[in-house]
Amino acid sequence: MVMDFKKAGLSAKEYEALVQELGREPNETELQLFGVMWSEHCSYKSTRPLLKLFPTEGPAVLQGPGENAGVVDLGQGIGLAFKVESHNHPSAVEPYQGAATGVGGIIRDILAMGARPVASMDGLFFGSPESSRVRRLRDGVVRGVGGYGNAVGVPTVGGKTVYDPSYAENPLVNAFCAGVVSLNKMVSSQTARPGQKVLLLGSRTGRDGIAGAAFASAELSEDAQSHRPQIQIGDPFAEKLLIECCLELLEEGLVAAMQDMGAAGVVSSSSEVAAKSGVGMVIDMDRIPLREAGMTPGEIALSESQERMLLVVDPDMVNEVERRARRWGLECAPIGVITEERRYIYTSQGSVVVDLPPELIGGNAPIIPWESRPPHDEEERKKIPPTVRPGPEGWNDELLALLQDPNLRCQETIFQQYDSMVQTNTLAGPGGDVSLIRVPQAKAQVAFSMEADPWKCFTDPFNGGAETVARSVRALSVCGATPLGLTNCLNFPSPEKPDQFWELQEVIRGMAEACQALACPVVSGNVSLYNESPAGRILPTPVVVAVGSLSDGDTPLLGGQGRAGDRVFLVGSPRASLGASRYLLRRGAPLRGTPPPFSGAWEADFSRRARAVARGRHARSGRIISGGGLAVALAKELLASGMGALISLPSDWKMDEEILFGEGGPRAIYAVASEGVAAFRQLWEGWPLDEIGVLGGSRLRVDNVLNLSCDDLAAAWKGEN
Amino acid sequence: MRSAVIVFPGSNCDRDALRTLAEVPGMEVEPLWHDDTTLPPETDLVVLPGGFSYGDYLRPGALAARAPIIAEVRRHADRGGLVLGICNGFQVLTESRLLPGALLPNRDTRFICRPCLLRVDRTDTPFTNAYQKGQVVQFPIAHADGRFYLPEEDLAQLEQRGQVVFRYCDVTGRVDPSVNPNGAAHHIAGIVNDRGNVLGLMPHPERASDPRIGGEDGKMIWDSIRAWCQNEGKRSGHGHGF
Repeated sequence: MVMDFKKAGLSAKEYEALVQELGREPNETELQLFGVMWSEHCSYKSTRPLLKLFPTEGPAVLQGPGENAGVVDLGQGIGLAFKVESHNHPSAVEPYQGAATGVGGIIRDILAMGARPVASMDGLFFGSPESSRVRRLRDGVVRGVGGYGNAVGVPTVGGKTVYDPSYAENPLVNAFCAGVVSLNKMVSSQTARPGQKVLLLGSRTGRDGIAGAAFASAELSEDAQSHRPQIQIGDPFAEKLLIECCLELLEEGLVAAMQDMGAAGVVSSSSEVAAKSGVGMVIDMDRIPLREAGMTPGEIALSESQERMLLVVDPDMVNEVERRARRWGLECAPIGVITEERRYIYTSQGSVVVDLPPELIGGNAPIIPWESRPPHDEEERKKIPPTVRPGPEGWNDELLALLQDPNLRCQETIFQQYDSMVQTNTLAGPGGDVSLIRVPQAKAQVAFSMEADPWKCFTDPFNGGAETVARSVRALSVCGATPLGLTNCLNFPSPEKPDQFWELQEVIRGMAEACQALACPVVSGNVSLYNESPAGRILPTPVVVAVGSLSDGDTPLLGGQGRAGDRVFLVGSPRASLGASRYLLRRGAPLRGTPPPFSGAWEADFSRRARAVARGRHARSGRIISGGGLAVALAKELLASGMGALISLPSDWKMDEEILFGEGGPRAIYAVASEGVAAFRQLWEGWPLDEIGVLGGSRLRVDNVLNLSCDDLAAAWKGEN
Repeated sequence: MRSAVIVFPGSNCDRDALRTLAEVPGMEVEPLWHDDTTLPPETDLVVLPGGFSYGDYLRPGALAARAPIIAEVRRHADRGGLVLGICNGFQVLTESRLLPGALLPNRDTRFICRPCLLRVDRTDTPFTNAYQKGQVVQFPIAHADGRFYLPEEDLAQLEQRGQVVFRYCDVTGRVDPSVNPNGAAHHIAGIVNDRGNVLGLMPHPERASDPRIGGEDGKMIWDSIRAWCQNEGKRSGHGHGF
């Protein structure tokens, strides 16, 4: 009998491969499992070859991609586990729960490495905020992020909110988390041994979120609301207990292997443990505690009920684990056993309902070689559209309008809804180019920088991808941090259209080249495809979080620290590009034009010198130039410093929009104390470096083009009128 | 000087309080579990930390107020021992009637996390004797339910007895609805009981006890407690200050 593989979500080719590997037809339950496990979300079948382009090794990398999270070395026997993950489709349908469970899921990924979660960040992408529907959606997402993150006691130390009409029907919610782990307590899914018991710790299993992974692997349809049953429901209280209980069990050495239950629940987590540990597993479906009666083995295996962890425990430790779970008020059920023979077996009502080779489930989905072809308008996209330059009076208004742009304005109203300070290690919270926490156990400070520039990734995917990575590393370097590694979430539309697959491929190529040049390997990540709806596709949206460290004694160089009388310097090319810039987009120009071409050698040199500036305290304040260009960077720096500046650009520069608002490439502004100028200049010798003014007063004046009071700048940026 | 931090399921500032007490005033401090039934002997100070005890189910603090350890905290307070409730701890104190009033959802119904300026109105308490009267200090707040409420008559009585210790204010110490983050009655951020040995406040002094993390204005709370314990300890023997 040929099963209905299409209904399960497999293609004819995939079904054929499955039958060949198995040597028989799968039964109905098995087919259900493969339908989800071989979905795009779980199998990366469209992107596996592309992801191989990323460099994944480096001196600090202890664990690269393939585990629940990557881990880098902070020294003193301490590691930092981190990862960013998408929760896009659920957030489109049910913003509060979608965002909340996104936060909860990434926290469990970090916990599964044996790490205590210490910092979260969120990348949120919405349609135009002028739409009340978008504002409602945003409100739900922000409340969801806060409602969950605040309660579990993990500080939300930063993030990014981006607005573009392409996200109107398909918002993006990318959740990042980092955790601190003692390397001698690190666990993984690779350490299960025959004879050990499999325990399910935490919430009961219900019908929520069944096949959510499959839902995440298809385009959003007009009846997306009909997917409500595939949305998971979060309980941060249960998560908090789960975190504390798991950390206690690890501390006491009671756990041999651990795995979180995210997408595709029991089947994904347990088959991964079996496959990676090179063992078999027998799970008794009748012993999984359920929320409701009458669930089929397939439903139980695929449920995405939240706040559950899979533990592998030595038989003589089971009682102690159960005792400690009870103390935390958590249910803990022995559901199976690890076996020598490498079979992955479910029993139900006394009979075997699933019997598969474990490695076939998670790892062997056939790769789909989608066709890749540049879009027909590739050249058109690269041309910078002509605009009418504002008249002499217009420059001030341009800058104020840019500061009011939702993509550049102050995002305080969002991040004040998140507890950014709990755990009392936050040195620099949301709002700056980098977020910074201290890790006392490692005598280190850790800097995070989240970046995304979907516009440049659309017009010039290669350089846009490279620019995204480079920008996040620049921010680390200016603050003085050495990059240890990065994580990324690749949010793209359907790969089945050749021009969209080409964009994905080019973005990855660009990102990989920048990672290589900047010695910042990729240690973890996530791919979210099919982000499109009948209303259209999203822009190519790689979200990057670069992570760097400083030692305890180093003073990080942050923005907004300048004092009156300090000299203002521009480092880097005076001219950047108006291509796909905020300046043009705000003025309603079509999305076109490229960023400056990426130069690895140039970027690496910038980062090296910027770190030397910070480490040697050769500047008082520093800030990278990004969205909105030099003018916006100056305005934000002054707002953070609480004073004005008198800026006079070199007379041989032809004043134009490109000078004031151009974006891209390694550029930064610095405030330098007069007595430090000579040393500062020396560090940038051979680089484009211009002294452009002095801090002081209460106005921003730039030659005869800009003259605005700091109050006006603040009113525009903060939206107080 | 000995202190204890009560850990409820869902507490999330317990570790911060433990670390601050151990590192800043250098107190002996230990965590106590919500279903413990005794305090360690000679405990001077009990801290109810911030967080979401029992997931804030029913109302913030409502379930924690019925935890086994609370009976012992009440006896400790009755003996004149010091009790400090921070944020969710303040909510637990009002729910257990160790302090008057209630903490309602913030005026705009949102969670708010940011530094706040506070005016110290009472400096004759065990918790605030190191401050100057009228001094303006900065502690962060982080809560969704911090709007202090009491019926008008009770509020008048609270004021009359001088039980208000901290109020939200501006840099000059002026109180005003525009600088009141959550709509609290009379801009109240923290109060003591009539006897003065139980303090509840929404802002977090433990997040303002390190120059690199939120400043040092909170340190004087710990200095005050230390000074008071030392003086009272000398004068009247242990734990019987009032």
